[in-house]
Amino acid sequence: MDLTAFLDGFALVVEPKNLLYCLVGVLIGMVIGVLPGLGPAATIAILLPITYTIDPVSAIIMLAGIYYGAQYGGTITSVLLRLPGEASSVVTVFDGFALAKQGKAGTALGIAAIGSFVGATISIIGLTLLAPVVAGIALDFGPPEYAALALLGVLLVATIGSGNKLKALIAGAVGLLLATVGRDSFSGASRFTFDSLQLADGIDFVVVAMGLFGVGEILYNLEQRHGKRHVPAKVGNVWPSRKDLKQSSGAIGRGSIIGFVLGVLPGGGAVLSSIVAYAMEKRRSKTPERFGRGAVEGVAAPETANNAAATSSFIPLLTIGLPANATMAMLFGALLILGVSPGPQLVDEHPDVFWGVINSMYIGNLLLLILSIPLVGLFVRILRVRPAILAPITALITILGVYTINNSVFDIFLMVGFGIVGYLMKKAGFDPGPMVLAFVLGSIIESSTRRSLLMFSGDPTGFVTRPISGTILAAFVVLALLPVARSLLKRRRSAAAGVESSAGVAEVDAHRGPGNVGIAGDDGGRDVVVLPPDALDVAGVGQRVRVPEPGAGKHDHHRTE
Amino acid sequence: MAESTHPHARDILAEIEAEVAHELEEERPPVGGRAYQTVGALVGIAIGVGAAVLAYDYGLGSLHKPGPGMWPFIVSVVIAALSAVLLVVGRGLTDSEAFTRSSVLPVVGVVTFVAFAVLLPVTGFEIPALLLSVIWLKLLGGESWRNTIVISVVTVAAFYFLFLYGLRIPLPHLIAF
Repeated sequence: MDLTAFLDGFALVVEPKNLLYCLVGVLIGMVIGVLPGLGPAATIAILLPITYTIDPVSAIIMLAGIYYGAQYGGTITSVLLRLPGEASSVVTVFDGFALAKQGKAGTALGIAAIGSFVGATISIIGLTLLAPVVAGIALDFGPPEYAALALLGVLLVATIGSGNKLKALIAGAVGLLLATVGRDSFSGASRFTFDSLQLADGIDFVVVAMGLFGVGEILYNLEQRHGKRHVPAKVGNVWPSRKDLKQSSGAIGRGSIIGFVLGVLPGGGAVLSSIVAYAMEKRRSKTPERFGRGAVEGVAAPETANNAAATSSFIPLLTIGLPANATMAMLFGALLILGVSPGPQLVDEHPDVFWGVINSMYIGNLLLLILSIPLVGLFVRILRVRPAILAPITALITILGVYTINNSVFDIFLMVGFGIVGYLMKKAGFDPGPMVLAFVLGSIIESSTRRSLLMFSGDPTGFVTRPISGTILAAFVVLALLPVARSLLKRRRSAAAGVESSAGVAEVDAHRGPGNVGIAGDDGGRDVVVLPPDALDVAGVGQRVRVPEPGAGKHDHHRTE
Repeated sequence: MAESTHPHARDILAEIEAEVAHELEEERPPVGGRAYQTVGALVGIAIGVGAAVLAYDYGLGSLHKPGPGMWPFIVSVVIAALSAVLLVVGRGLTDSEAFTRSSVLPVVGVVTFVAFAVLLPVTGFEIPALLLSVIWLKLLGGESWRNTIVISVVTVAAFYFLFLYGLRIPLPHLIAF
């Protein structure tokens, strides 16, 4: 690791201007984390036009701050309202809200803030040490490796992320197709432009992102908002007691590691790691029955893990140039706008950006710790702001923002068009995330594939015979076939043993305590009624109660996988 | 013992995931039925087939010398194929949301966006911005008239100074000092 570059990065971060952007970023992040509705990806999408007016390092520092700040903010609503501000804070709801009901909301928030800080800091140290090494290895990558890696990235994001995998893959493929709109860089031929001059140069990433994420989410939220008012629980003392700290120290340590490791995987990220960390603590605990009834570890583990993961998901972006999730795709796009192409050469060519971003996270997390413990009352007050009041403001920021990029009204129409697509996708159960991510990676995949084919003089076996690209493609095939194999196996097993599956049902329910059902798990027979699949099937199809579809019921849960 | 902890561990994870799904489910509107899934898959097939036809016209070329249509053609075929699988497999999915009466709200939202884009070059941004916030606050948000007017005026004024003086971005505007 280049120590002087690392220290220069720090010098850059502590410049008052950059400190200010860092503070603004984490503040925006916390606020949107607290407010249910707009997530970090949507917020960054909406604010992308700003990157045209400020300098690259400051812009990235601010946008990164929004991302990890949102992880802190999401906790507050989970604990106080039983309403997760972010998907990665959903598991925090179980024990966080239980603690709040016992008048220990402050303890939950305090532990979450400390866990978040520790998890993020450990993860940044890992990032600091690991990122230059990974970038060094990736320097040897040629076009075939890039084509294979980017393809693997799209697949991983589609299959590991939440939601139906098939739908995510379709959305990803449509994103790849969208990326081909415009002039073909090899032959100069126009593709999918329909003789429109505005489309000749392709579709601007910012317009796509602002439309699919920004406008799509704004429209979706308009519909969801039928005046359900939530009254936040009282926040008492925010400082956790020594006993609480001692009790959750193990959870914080393990959460940090789980978060760091899963965050590096494309598509893994904050949501998955929070669930895995919670499961880990519950499994290890000598008293698992406390979970869901206000166990501090149940708050500490997922909150630590989601922050650690949010931090380590920067590794693939900064070292290989592959965004690991939708938010990273936003940052990837922002870097491209700024004329910085993320990849292994980033650390050498733009050490200011590379170390500036990483080191800003040390400071940003410290700011968040300071903000979230003493100022928690202030953020609770933000909860009283009605979403209806913020909606026109976000709408105006979006429209004016997209207009200012090229002073083009056409861009507004295009963005609204993508917004409608994003809204309809959400309604039909398609996550727009993989689409935006694939759109970003689309031109890389196409151009590196074609460049590789030129290298191999048209022989596609070249991809397989090169060791690194061959390995990556093998991983691609395995990962693509794994879900198919698993579902076949599951079908065969469930057909073979009906008895076993009914035992499984009883068990699922015995732990289903946290909601409002008793944990006692009195008997297996009654439990089946509470199972989500039944309730959903009834809601979905109305009168028909289909009996022989345990498989379909299982599918209901893949939203969160 | 070690062998028995493994499947059990996975059970806990699956169970928590189910719980999380349930937690998210509670806030969601009614699920759309099979028609939604079918339409979704058919749209996918249409995009795939349509784009494949166009891409074929652009020229596929050969592997030695791929034409401009080669890559989009491959991607389009993948889209169509995956969507066809979805059409068969995905009928029982429950991840869609039904359109309800409140689905009118996003439609109004889109109309105001479009109206804004049409008016912006003609009248400057102040009037459309004011109209948009009044409609969103009063009609879509159900705020009181007093709140609507105060918030709208303050918002537009804030944007005016932020964009024209703070960020020095030239927006078409009516009022000039």
